Amino acid sequence: MRLTRTSKALGIVAIAALALTGCGAGGGSNDGGGQATGDPNKIITAYSNEPQHPLLPANTNEVYGGRVVELLFEGLRAYDPDGKPVNALAESIETTDSQNWTIKVKQGQKFTNGEEITAKTFVDSWNFAANSENLQNNGFFFESIAGYEEVSAVTTETSADGKTTTTPAPTAETMSGLEAKDDSTITVKLAQPEADWSLRLGYSAFFPLPSAALADPKAFGENPVGNGPYKMAKEGAWVHDQSISLVKNPDYSGPRESQNGGVTFKFYTDPGPAYTDLQSDNLDVTDVLPSNALKTYISDFPDRNATKPVATNSTLNIPGYNPNFQGEAGKLRRQALSYAINREEICKVIFSGTRTPAKAYAPPVIDGFKEGLKGSETLTFDAAKAKDLWAQAEAIQPYDNSKPLQIASNTDGGNKEWIDAVANGFKNNLGIQAEIQPFAKFAEVLDLRKSQSLPGLSRAGWQGDYPSLYNFLGPVWATGASSNYEKYSNPEFDQLLKEGLAAKTTEEANGKFNAAQEILFEDLPGLALWDQAKPIVWSNNVVKAETGWNGGIRYFDITAK
Amino acid sequence: MVRFILRRLLQVIPVFLGTTLLVYYMVFALPGDPIAALFGDRQPPQAVIDTLRSQYHLDEPFWVQYGLFLKNLFTFNLGNDFTGQPIAASLARIFPVTAMLAVEALVIEAVFGIAFGVFAGLRRGKWFDSTVLVASLVVIAVPTFVLGFVFQLVFGVQLGWAKPTVGATADWGNLLLPATVLGLVSFAYVLRLTRASVSESMTADYVRTATAKGLSRPRVVMTHILRNSLIPVVTFLGADLGGLMGGAIVTEGIFNVPGVGNKLYQATLRSEGPTVVAIVSVLVLVFVVANLLVDLLYAWLDPRIRYDQ
Repeated sequence: MRLTRTSKALGIVAIAALALTGCGAGGGSNDGGGQATGDPNKIITAYSNEPQHPLLPANTNEVYGGRVVELLFEGLRAYDPDGKPVNALAESIETTDSQNWTIKVKQGQKFTNGEEITAKTFVDSWNFAANSENLQNNGFFFESIAGYEEVSAVTTETSADGKTTTTPAPTAETMSGLEAKDDSTITVKLAQPEADWSLRLGYSAFFPLPSAALADPKAFGENPVGNGPYKMAKEGAWVHDQSISLVKNPDYSGPRESQNGGVTFKFYTDPGPAYTDLQSDNLDVTDVLPSNALKTYISDFPDRNATKPVATNSTLNIPGYNPNFQGEAGKLRRQALSYAINREEICKVIFSGTRTPAKAYAPPVIDGFKEGLKGSETLTFDAAKAKDLWAQAEAIQPYDNSKPLQIASNTDGGNKEWIDAVANGFKNNLGIQAEIQPFAKFAEVLDLRKSQSLPGLSRAGWQGDYPSLYNFLGPVWATGASSNYEKYSNPEFDQLLKEGLAAKTTEEANGKFNAAQEILFEDLPGLALWDQAKPIVWSNNVVKAETGWNGGIRYFDITAK
Repeated sequence: MVRFILRRLLQVIPVFLGTTLLVYYMVFALPGDPIAALFGDRQPPQAVIDTLRSQYHLDEPFWVQYGLFLKNLFTFNLGNDFTGQPIAASLARIFPVTAMLAVEALVIEAVFGIAFGVFAGLRRGKWFDSTVLVASLVVIAVPTFVLGFVFQLVFGVQLGWAKPTVGATADWGNLLLPATVLGLVSFAYVLRLTRASVSESMTADYVRTATAKGLSRPRVVMTHILRNSLIPVVTFLGADLGGLMGGAIVTEGIFNVPGVGNKLYQATLRSEGPTVVAIVSVLVLVFVVANLLVDLLYAWLDPRIRYDQ
């Protein structure tokens, strides 16, 4: 009895002491050092979360599923760390007119279930992905191929209360422009010339699928069989809400040879616990840092962090339907807004250098990026100029100052700080009322953007699907494009994009795309804000890690100590 | 007795309907199209969105959706969540984890709470009693998430006694740290309830009689004081089990426990009505059953309480 009593009392004292000491504690110890002899059999653990769909390459369009799919499958091409495409399963990819393509597929390659990969494998997989009945999220990646319209056709019905619903109604099973000439040759005819078409062949939508996948996509998506540097560790290696375990595929021989024994993705609903796990070497690598760690991650993980620019940028979109931003006065006002944003300072102070001020509508890591495009001077901070332009606009047509200028954003993703800074810039330099229009969820903002009912500006971000200038312009700003929610339209811009796509060489194409950007700088349908750099940190078990051009960690390149 | 249990179980029906209706409505009222939100900035073809919407009956009015949910429930079909996974399978995965966590927390708070409470109650006003009272006040005052982070940092990162997070390896040992955090606040309440109850019984006539009869001190404490003092404590513990199951959200988040709290949090973020309601429904059942058990325990603790009259 006596003994228990004392030990209990001690326990309480201990708890109280911990509560006091806990707050002042710093990060873990870091002796780093040691011989960096890689262990090629060690399994790496990595931050992730539950994928949102079964693991089918053409269906996976979110990051957590995407990173797994990219390791399980290998396409015709792959991207090197700088985003330069290299041939993987493709022996050669040729065209003379940017419209008719001939692809030679390497022979003797197999899926891990032994099924051989031929030209037909690709043709079947692509037709499957494009078919609207299969509801593949990335189906639209095949829209350039002749015959896509028929395979992906839908019917739209309008119900009595005015709601429209779209249902799949393909009129053909296969795309007319896609053919397997023999076991090793694919011919592709595009609906129109597209110079950068082959750049996208490393994207996951274009990965080959074994016949089992086409027969039962849902079951296959649970236990996918691929041809990439890794394979699923076993049947049921995806433990829902917990983890996915991949092991090295010993038969793989491609440009992405794995340097470790496997990758286990551990699921976290919040980056905080993962950061703690990394500090105690309970997790090996993360690409998602809690927002409060942005200022401390370098000191928490000295010699165990990297921050590399990636192909992701942010813009502030200005709706054309807002009367304040229409006509000649509107144009001056859009310029004034752009000059009134201190991008340099916001990047440094709020983003701790993990973002860099935008220089154009595409980030610098993209091939063909050019600095100093005509009109890009609007991206510099110039309070006097902003004030002056605003005054000029006032002279033409007075600004309706009855309501503050709102910047719509979801507030759950750490956006509030920079929006407040931007709004303050507008207030101080233009003398107008500006504020954040907060939404609990991203989906709300998206709904309102789609229906064009946001009163003011909204933030948007774009992550490149494949390393091409066009990918940062076409889907976002072309007339009627899928992500052009504010419905910006300029025929001259569309024409330049089209000419760029039809160009014979990449240089020529990029020239057109840069000319198209100059039109955006003239019209300013949105203000380019900044380009992202992706910070990652790793544990003491890992020698080094690196992100690729799109910000994804190159898991296969990680060597373990 | 049987009639009493039956009556109690019948009460579950209105409680169940009311709660699910309310929760379902609240999720339904959340703004934003949950299907569109699945895809972020880059939207899939409209046909994908529309087909998914009709698959999940999101294009139907609220009453139809709720009716379908109830209909499915009575045919033991919980449907699929937005990621296409069967909800039933996911419940089967997450509930055992949270149940383990809650039971472990309950055992910790009951064993330590009652033990500390009895010692403090028996020595009312002595230094041990005062220390325990002050300490329990501190524990009650500190929010769970602070306790969670401190424990994680100290025991997980700095001392390395336990893994800082649980993750996929949720067993009794790994859950000890989060269970301690989860149980600590209730521990303080159990302690204070027990202490008050015990010190009150100390002065009761039957205790004096028992002591006067020459019964040993442990005997008096165990059979006479404790049994009578436990009624309010048991009530609290029963109600707390339900609370622990549902209230694990913060703790599960901090320690990355793949349980009910984490799932509920994510499902709410995604406006996944069916998943949220399915989880809440089970929580309601746990609550009701726990309270039923408490009522039955009364009869054992105090035979004067009879249910079948």
